[in-house]
Amino acid sequence: MSHEDIDHHVRIYMRVFAALVVLTIVTVGVSYLHLAPGPALALGLTIALIKGSLVACYFMHLISEKKMLLWVMAISLVFFFFELLIPMVTEGNNLHMGA
Amino acid sequence: MSDTGHDHHEELGFWRKYVFSVDHKVIGIQYSVTGLLFLLFGFSLMMLMRWQLAYPGQPLPILGGLFGPTRMPGGIMTPDFYNQLGAMHGTIMVFLGVVPLAVGGFGNFVVPLQIGAPDMAFPRMNMMSYWLYFVGGVVMFGSFFLPEGPAQSGWTSYPPLSNLASEGQTWWLVGMLFLIFSSLLGAVNFITTIIQLRADGLTFFRMPFFVWAQFVTSFLLLLAFPPLQAAGTFQLMDRLAGTSFFMPEGLVVSGQVQELAGGGSPILWQHLFWFLAHPEVYVLVLPAMGIVAEVIANNTRKPLWGYKSMVYATVFLGFMSFIVWAHHMYLTGMGTAMSSFFQTTTMIISIPSVVILTALILSLWGGSIRFTTPMLFALAFLPMFGIGGLTGLPLGLSAPDIHLHDTYYVIGHFHYVVAPGTIFALFAGIYYWYPKATGRQMSSFLGKLHFWPSFIFINGIFAPMLIQGMAGMQRRLYDGGMIYGHSQDVLHWHKVISFCAWGLFLAQIPFIINFFGSLRKPKEAGNNPWQATTLEWAAPSPPPHGNFATEPVVYRDPYEYSHPDHGEDYLPQFQPDAVAAKSA
Amino acid sequence: MSSVIPYTVEKRPDTGLNNVKIGIWLFLASEVMLFGALFGGYILLRVGSTEWPHGSDFGLSVPLAFVNTLVLISSSVTMVMAWASLMRKDTRKYKIYMFLTVLGGVGFMVIKSIEYSAKFSHHYYPETHNFLALYFTLTGLHALHVVAGMVVNAYLLWPGFKMWETNPQQFTNRVESAGLFWHFVDLVWIFLFPVLYLL
Repeated sequence: MSHEDIDHHVRIYMRVFAALVVLTIVTVGVSYLHLAPGPALALGLTIALIKGSLVACYFMHLISEKKMLLWVMAISLVFFFFELLIPMVTEGNNLHMGA
Repeated sequence: MSDTGHDHHEELGFWRKYVFSVDHKVIGIQYSVTGLLFLLFGFSLMMLMRWQLAYPGQPLPILGGLFGPTRMPGGIMTPDFYNQLGAMHGTIMVFLGVVPLAVGGFGNFVVPLQIGAPDMAFPRMNMMSYWLYFVGGVVMFGSFFLPEGPAQSGWTSYPPLSNLASEGQTWWLVGMLFLIFSSLLGAVNFITTIIQLRADGLTFFRMPFFVWAQFVTSFLLLLAFPPLQAAGTFQLMDRLAGTSFFMPEGLVVSGQVQELAGGGSPILWQHLFWFLAHPEVYVLVLPAMGIVAEVIANNTRKPLWGYKSMVYATVFLGFMSFIVWAHHMYLTGMGTAMSSFFQTTTMIISIPSVVILTALILSLWGGSIRFTTPMLFALAFLPMFGIGGLTGLPLGLSAPDIHLHDTYYVIGHFHYVVAPGTIFALFAGIYYWYPKATGRQMSSFLGKLHFWPSFIFINGIFAPMLIQGMAGMQRRLYDGGMIYGHSQDVLHWHKVISFCAWGLFLAQIPFIINFFGSLRKPKEAGNNPWQATTLEWAAPSPPPHGNFATEPVVYRDPYEYSHPDHGEDYLPQFQPDAVAAKSA
Repeated sequence: MSSVIPYTVEKRPDTGLNNVKIGIWLFLASEVMLFGALFGGYILLRVGSTEWPHGSDFGLSVPLAFVNTLVLISSSVTMVMAWASLMRKDTRKYKIYMFLTVLGGVGFMVIKSIEYSAKFSHHYYPETHNFLALYFTLTGLHALHVVAGMVVNAYLLWPGFKMWETNPQQFTNRVESAGLFWHFVDLVWIFLFPVLYLL
């Protein structure tokens, strides 16, 4: 990687950092609005998802990474969602969906 | 990995060479020997239980006095001790016996050789995996000496029972955490090695099937074990910090309401446990299929039938194994929609298993079969695994599972998969690669003396269990179900099973003699005693540190046996085309 | 006869990766599954209970956690800047940035321990309620990861730095791997923060 490439990267890091700070402020700010549980969850998780993707894509360079690593992470993400959702769905008969 | 950057010419001391070795072959042999010892130990636990089942409440002759008044007062087994033996039998056989032997042992020894690598990608991490496994084993074994004994809540450790159980359960959890770390490091190492260290010319579709099996297995270990790590952490918190992850509110134990915050879910443990433990089943089976494929191709002197479809089936099997786990939980009260979903995925996952098994059976067709000892075990694997798989189908459907759940039928089913299935394949692997590891052949006579009685006795153990289970006899009963009316007609099978189990033990004596006795023979096996085609047979037997004298190059597919344009009946992957043409 | 492991530093031509890069990502994949199970447990227990408390019911401090988030995000940036400085062969800046990264970890742990002791002083323990059980287990495991990352970073800052003289490429790779782990720890916190404190 040449020095110009690195300089370009550094500029991106700074922008991502700024975005992360702003989004953190937003997520805290929204929590003071005391939205209903449904919308609050959706909004909070969406912001977290955006922040997480920024970290993964730019700090961890996933956006320009080799396809093989993307496949590994994609597979584990698929199973990650199975882990999160299926236990809940399976117990669907016995659950109280309100927060 | 800085110290691997220069050549090792100096002799390593005893400790570095045989104990804290970073050589994948030494580590593989360490795993294998430790795994075999644990298999024997786990089997011994079961032989004790078989006495109690065949002769409930009668003192154990000769050995009965050895276990002390808390475990066997007057030689009669206490119910607690029975439960401990059962829980530890399962744990030891699965996590300390079969997996370390199949993945740690064969994977370590064979995979780098078969892909033409000098070692694993991370040799020191490899050593660490073994020693973490070893510590986990010591913790599990040590828990037998606790005043209240080891874990006694089954190998599945379902709460709330396991949360309330004695201290042995904490040791079980700590031991499991060590074993999980060990497996994770091993899995990272295997996948990296297979992706990065393949020899020149060894493309993915030229890899021996065994390497593919280990590759998929490693992904299962990597992604399925962490949920049990999480579950183990939760259970440790429950036991040590008094949390209620798995404890419902108002739980009454022996008439006492438990003083707990409550609000937890015992079902959460089952989800996390089976999220690991179903893929774990394929961790047990895939390496075995890999070994059988190698042995069958070599001894039929034919290429494997449908190699590519076997590979695709294996990858698909690995993927599907992550979304079938709740078929262990039909009776937990899940909704019909979800049980339909898991029934469907369970029926789908049987397809790739059938594809692999069918390909292996069709590979026999028209071959000139050599009935060597490894081949006998590999051939026995096919129908045994077949029975194991087919008896699983009724369990995968939620309606028949209501009747069969938690009966001896389940025990018969999964033992057919793992014992005469996987363990027979592992024996095939030992007989097959022993000359590579030691430079010596094992005795073929003792091998047959090991195989035939084992084959007969092991069926004498597990076939009657299917009959008992279909009559409704429950598992994990201290008295073997003698107080239940519906068990009366099948109780007499207990004695048959027990005698077969003790016979099976006797049948292992020729193996033990063969295993150690053959070490005294001269090193005469040569590089390629089986006239095989894959890369491990290019290295000297036993291979030195660094494995290959010259870096191997791969010229062709893995199983070029009886090639029509070639004089000899085998054309190794590592033989250059010019040489191949000359000898034609 | 040699036992040199190929592709420890240089990239394998057909995969375009070295061993360490694949190894660390595989490890992170298993970490994804670990935290997936922990979050899965959180979801199941939360939706399975009739009422679920808000973090503030147990005195969870949003301002402290907000500051901690910024600390961790900043240390993620300094980490990636440390790597970028190495790529420019600027070892002075590398040391500054790496020191700041370790400092960020220390700061995070200090704030975390202030939070923990505040809970304990109010007699809020893991056994008090399942919310607190999850709070302590999830943040505790995360804190273990922070400590592990700090140890690695401190090693690369002080004793491990001597590798720069003998094998700068391998050293840079090590910093990159340590960075990947550190960013992952940051990423986990990005989800833990709203889930435990805000929602």
